[in-house]
Amino acid sequence: MTVATASRFGTPQVLLGLSIAILVIVVAVPVLLIFFNAFWVDGHFNVADVIKVLREKDTYQALLNSLILASGVTVTGTIVGTFFAWLVTRTDLPFKGAMKVLFLVPFMLPSFIGALAWKMLLSPRAGYINRFFIDVLGFDGPIFDIYTFAGIIGVETMYLFPFVFIQVSGALERMDPTLEESARISGADLFTITRKITIPLVLPSILSGALLIMLYSMAHFGTVAVLGIEAGIYNIPTLIYEKIHQSAGSFNSIRTGTVLATVLVITAAFILWLQNKVLSRGRYQIIAGKSFRPTELKLRGLRTPMLVFCLAYIGFTIVLPTATIFMVGGLKTYGLPFVAENLTWENYRYILFEWQLTRDAIWNSLTLGFTAAIITMFAGVIISYVIVKMRVRGKGLLEFLGMLPFSVPGSVIALGVILAWSGKYGVNLYNTVWIILVAYIARYMAFSLKANSAALEQVHDSLVEAARASGATMWQALRDIVLPLVRPGMLAAFFLIFLPALRELTVSVLLYGPTTRTIGVAIYTLNEDGETVYSAALAGIALVIIVLGEGVIKRVFKGAVGRKG
Amino acid sequence: MADVRIAGLVKRYGTKSVLAGLDLDLADGECFTLLGPSGCGKTVLLRLIAGFEVPDAGTIAIGGERVADAASGRAVPPNERGLGVVFQDYAVWPHMSVTDNVAYPLKLARVGASARRERTLRAIGQVGLEGLDARLPSQLSGGQQQRVALARALVSEPRLLLLDEPLNNLDANLREEMRFEIKALQRKLGITIFYVTHDQEIALGIADRIAVMDMQGRLRQIGAPEEIYERPADAFVFRFLGTANFLPVRREGSALCVGDPGVPWTGPAPDRPGDALAAGFRPSDVQLARTGSGLPGIVRRASFLGAQVDYLIDVVGREIRAALPSHECLDRDLLFTEGEACRVGFATVQWFEADAIDEEAR
Repeated sequence: MTVATASRFGTPQVLLGLSIAILVIVVAVPVLLIFFNAFWVDGHFNVADVIKVLREKDTYQALLNSLILASGVTVTGTIVGTFFAWLVTRTDLPFKGAMKVLFLVPFMLPSFIGALAWKMLLSPRAGYINRFFIDVLGFDGPIFDIYTFAGIIGVETMYLFPFVFIQVSGALERMDPTLEESARISGADLFTITRKITIPLVLPSILSGALLIMLYSMAHFGTVAVLGIEAGIYNIPTLIYEKIHQSAGSFNSIRTGTVLATVLVITAAFILWLQNKVLSRGRYQIIAGKSFRPTELKLRGLRTPMLVFCLAYIGFTIVLPTATIFMVGGLKTYGLPFVAENLTWENYRYILFEWQLTRDAIWNSLTLGFTAAIITMFAGVIISYVIVKMRVRGKGLLEFLGMLPFSVPGSVIALGVILAWSGKYGVNLYNTVWIILVAYIARYMAFSLKANSAALEQVHDSLVEAARASGATMWQALRDIVLPLVRPGMLAAFFLIFLPALRELTVSVLLYGPTTRTIGVAIYTLNEDGETVYSAALAGIALVIIVLGEGVIKRVFKGAVGRKG
Repeated sequence: MADVRIAGLVKRYGTKSVLAGLDLDLADGECFTLLGPSGCGKTVLLRLIAGFEVPDAGTIAIGGERVADAASGRAVPPNERGLGVVFQDYAVWPHMSVTDNVAYPLKLARVGASARRERTLRAIGQVGLEGLDARLPSQLSGGQQQRVALARALVSEPRLLLLDEPLNNLDANLREEMRFEIKALQRKLGITIFYVTHDQEIALGIADRIAVMDMQGRLRQIGAPEEIYERPADAFVFRFLGTANFLPVRREGSALCVGDPGVPWTGPAPDRPGDALAAGFRPSDVQLARTGSGLPGIVRRASFLGAQVDYLIDVVGREIRAALPSHECLDRDLLFTEGEACRVGFATVQWFEADAIDEEAR
């Protein structure tokens, strides 16, 4: 804040206190309780026990699996993402604009629904593709088993490669082409230029995207839960889920959970730190903010094959699984071939209008998403305001707390709120919808802080000071100047929370009660219970809601930008 | 409409002291300019007067009312100080039209709708923005945005107008035009103006009185523009108000010498005692001749600039700059070429201690 106050206790202190309180209650307390439960046994600090837990076979195996899966996905995702990024920015591939949009579609789709689709297609015995090869082509066994490390890595790659794709295509577009041209004039051939100039310049972006994939994959629940558990492949989040669910909150399983969660938090913090380091070192001057027209590589004879390859990739990774979900959702019984007489709208009608369980789930997700988005949006605006704009003693603590939400994965949040809000400290929200709400606020706070502080950075201090000098009190200046100017940022925060919350699984799967299933939980549990057809139908409905939501966002933002200009 | 009294003002940021015991009085209705290099603390002083900062010691009174007093902890918030402020970056609210921007102070003051409309239109007219009232700031040029900021600061008829380098981002023509307009408005409305700038031309052109601040936040001299220009208190002020030439002058017995080995000094006699002195003069104070009694010089560089001719002249091993009106050069055959010898005389000379020569213009 640029307006200083001499008083010891004024509005700035109130806002700072409020911001700290929100972050402490929602994020810090759950995380601290996890550390506390992991390291504090019978009233004293205990590392030996933590090591003992880590050396237990299943814990140790889950850590190893997480590492194998995350490394595998990071490598494949980075290769796929970098290759397509290069293809759509630096070659004369046809329909590049459309391709670029299509490669971002996987970001919209929940990966556990994708995993579900791939299970229907490639599970060793019942998968449609495997069955086709065995029954029709006379193969002896399945051509591909999805319940393997390779299967999980493949599916996660399909949904996570956009992290690298976005970063690298952005960097390639912003890179000054004169750098490459001058190398060419100096006599270097294209291969040398790519190796010596282009790759070193975009390497920070590649690394940063790769680390994002790693961060996400490390803490990823859905795909592993759908595809791994069958074959006994657990990673950290799925083992936490298993421990909490199977053993009904026994001390030992909670402890194992907290130790695993601690490992996850430390890993996440380390990856984020590394990414920060890569980004700050890689911020070369030569990658200017301006948009240049880069020199394009002529694909010549490869032009059409490359286009076909891209379309095949998109067809295989987006269209095929999506179509499978809708088709299976329309089957009378799972396993029947896809012919007209086996297909019906009845499943969709039943889960939308009749079945209490699925109707509850849709209602819960909509209301939870909306409420969490509204609360987190406002809390984020207040906290960002204090961090970005205020000059008040004690802000350092808030800045530290503000970093916290970024490095706490969903399953950790969920475990933390179980520890904090299960009655041990006076409030019992367990099995209610409120515990999911609290967890959502914690989980999505990072999005809100990011969007709102970006918007607030744009509001120069002198705009507020001008209002103060015009006779406005601090509140009037906030209401008349700051709020209207950060409204686009707040709106962005709202949708950045609302849409992911609609398809959320990791957090709610640990927290749901009999009547508090979310859409994600309902899809997941229906699938677990063998109700594959209803599970697919609900997933189809979720996809429709998500796509519609994305459409609304695009429209709203075009409007918002138009008004601003 | 209000005088300002500042006494013993201290402002520190961490361990860095920006202002250390500053005293300054502004008379009611005067246009006062605070002139100083960037980063000297002049904006801090403006922000202290506005109430955006709180002093660590000292008092500020506006129109007899004590608005800041570090001893008692009193700090009237900016919105209750009855000010108009114009910022360097305009600070025009991008989401409001010109009318809304200008009317905002009146809206806060609960001025009735009809009076508000009338006064808003008048203020917009005063700064020459008639017909643009429905535009958004993004549809205005920088100069027009600056005028919106000025109209907004004037609309509530503040007793004190604070201007922080408001003309910095404007081109030369517009800057001059706005300078006149601000001066004219100030005369018409009789408000007190506190104007902060590092541009000595604007300062000299607009001010009734000028204060020159150095990098330590000390006021080196306060006075009328011509007084500051003609009788600078020290070499810092002299340097800051325009291009400055210095020549070292030594007193040897009763004789005066320039340079080493040295030639006799031919200019006006020093007005201060001491054996080691510095003669300071502006390029326009230099008088050139082809022969005569002046100091011997060699023209190193000659630039014909239209209205005047600029020379870089070597005088006993030191380079000085001279500026002569073109017509004088033509009339008196003073168009020198590089390498030619000349004689250098002085219309007026400011005398300083010898160490003024080495002191960087800070």
